[in-house]
Amino acid sequence: MPKHELILLKNMMQPGYTGSLTDYEKTGGYQALRNTLGKIAPADVTTIVRKSGLRGRGGAGFPTGVKWGFLPKDYQGPRYLCCNADESEPGTFKDRQLMERDPHQVLEGIVLACYAIGSETAYIYIRGEMVLGSKILEQAIGEARVAGYIGKNILGTGINVDVWVHRGAGAYICGEETALLESLEGKRGLPRIKPPFPATHGLYNKPTVVNNVETLANLPHIITRGPEWFAAIGSPPKSTGTRVFCVSGHVKRPGNYEVPMGMTVRELVYEYAGGMRSDKPMKAFIPGGASAPFLTPAHLDVKLDFEHVAAAGSMLGSGGVTVMEEGTSMVWAALRLMEFFYHESCGKCSPCREGSSWLVQTMRRIFAKRGRMEDLETLLDLCKNIAGRTVCAFGDAEVAPIQSTLKHWRHEYVELINQAEAANLIRPEPVGRH
Amino acid sequence: MTFLEKYKDEIADILSRYPVMRSALIPLLYVAQRDQGYVTESAMQEIAHLLRLTPPQVYETITFYTMFNLKPVGKFHIQVCKSLMCALVGSDTVIEWINVKLGIASGESTADGLFSLSVVECLAACGTGPMMQINEDYYEQLTEGKLDRILADLRSTGTSPLKSGPFMWPEPTPAERAREA
Repeated sequence: MPKHELILLKNMMQPGYTGSLTDYEKTGGYQALRNTLGKIAPADVTTIVRKSGLRGRGGAGFPTGVKWGFLPKDYQGPRYLCCNADESEPGTFKDRQLMERDPHQVLEGIVLACYAIGSETAYIYIRGEMVLGSKILEQAIGEARVAGYIGKNILGTGINVDVWVHRGAGAYICGEETALLESLEGKRGLPRIKPPFPATHGLYNKPTVVNNVETLANLPHIITRGPEWFAAIGSPPKSTGTRVFCVSGHVKRPGNYEVPMGMTVRELVYEYAGGMRSDKPMKAFIPGGASAPFLTPAHLDVKLDFEHVAAAGSMLGSGGVTVMEEGTSMVWAALRLMEFFYHESCGKCSPCREGSSWLVQTMRRIFAKRGRMEDLETLLDLCKNIAGRTVCAFGDAEVAPIQSTLKHWRHEYVELINQAEAANLIRPEPVGRH
Repeated sequence: MTFLEKYKDEIADILSRYPVMRSALIPLLYVAQRDQGYVTESAMQEIAHLLRLTPPQVYETITFYTMFNLKPVGKFHIQVCKSLMCALVGSDTVIEWINVKLGIASGESTADGLFSLSVVECLAACGTGPMMQINEDYYEQLTEGKLDRILADLRSTGTSPLKSGPFMWPEPTPAERAREA
């Protein structure tokens, strides 16, 4: 199927590849580390990554090298790297595969990043449910420690990097980088007010970088093959490299597909994921995880890179592409996602905490055919008052499904409300959080 | 023996990983949960004392996270994902099957204490839904027949070979593997 070179999923495609240290070394693993530590200055590693154009694969898409560059140069105390393996965005399941099938690729990226930013300690914050993933990582860390790739005096260079796996405990918000840091400090995962940013005041108030699993897994390849090679892949200059897209929903062959950025949704869905699962045509898709606004088949030729998806009114986000067939109720779909956001709101900011409750109640009422026409204005009004008025981006995310389905499929809401009015089913709803 | 005495070495190892003791809180709560199936109040108090936290500091943290049980659950804790991606491919039906087969609704346990059911939000297995987690294991691409087998396996042997291994989906075809070799 792939008509292009795989980077991140290449090893695991080999027959019999187990992800062990021996297997990884056979494919050229840890060569980037050998060729970098003590041979390329840390600042030059940052420059290489900046030149490659690599942007964060977790959702926000911030340029990785630039993020590293924000760390204070003259700070003498400890610095930290946190690998964000929380992977909690609905529709996303790529980091799980990268960690469970090729853990050393991630670890090599972690040590390279630590070297570049001058950190001696890295924590992999993995979502609590992924028990198997955390065990596989622990085992891989053990192997790498024995082989001298992790720990004290790595490969005799005098460089120390310790890597620890830290399991989360079931909270979507802990994928937000400052909530992740709070959680790692043993507290409730409430996002911090920014600024100050983690680059200066992160874990334990020390300079900290938080990078996604897939971002870090790209680093060995960028070091080995050069930033120019990487920057030529995908949709340069702003969206370079590949993305591991996670396709889910009503397609024949859901799963992870690594393709160059800039591929159209049509190609990804119909050629890679095998097209729709039945005769029913596509009705809607989400291009970048639950936080990304819904798009319609009219957007099938949108290129999957940061700029084009944003121009189409959505976002590339975490790369979770969810496809829905004709016959799926868009009010139902938006309600399902709203229930998720209502459950996961951390409760720190009033607009989000109270607004998500209000939104979910209004959506339930409409879907149960007990809605009123003025509910639609209430929904939009609430969305407007949540987005942009919270400490973190959760507020913007939670309104995306409702705003976008109301934009493209308002008639479905109206139809449900008309049915309610025709049947005289409008009833006062009990108020209060439930 | 107190909780801290029983897991002395493991606790010392956990504490050695963090420069600030409070970071060990969630890992220690996991140890406590593994011991009893849920986190007891006495374990919370011991952990608070060890980490020099007040009991409310431990309690405010533990109640934020959904994976900690504050009361006993069944020997097999079934958690079915109901988020949109799984719902599109039939997770509501899976929940109904479990409701009928085990006679329990979400939040309930069977009378013999063997199974508990929770309906939960996204577990990051969206391409292989519908799915559920039972204790530490994932079970994906569920069908009614598969569910029956899993429940029977758990009853008879305490585990099931149908649980997921290291994740990769789709499995590459031999032709695809050959091209990458």
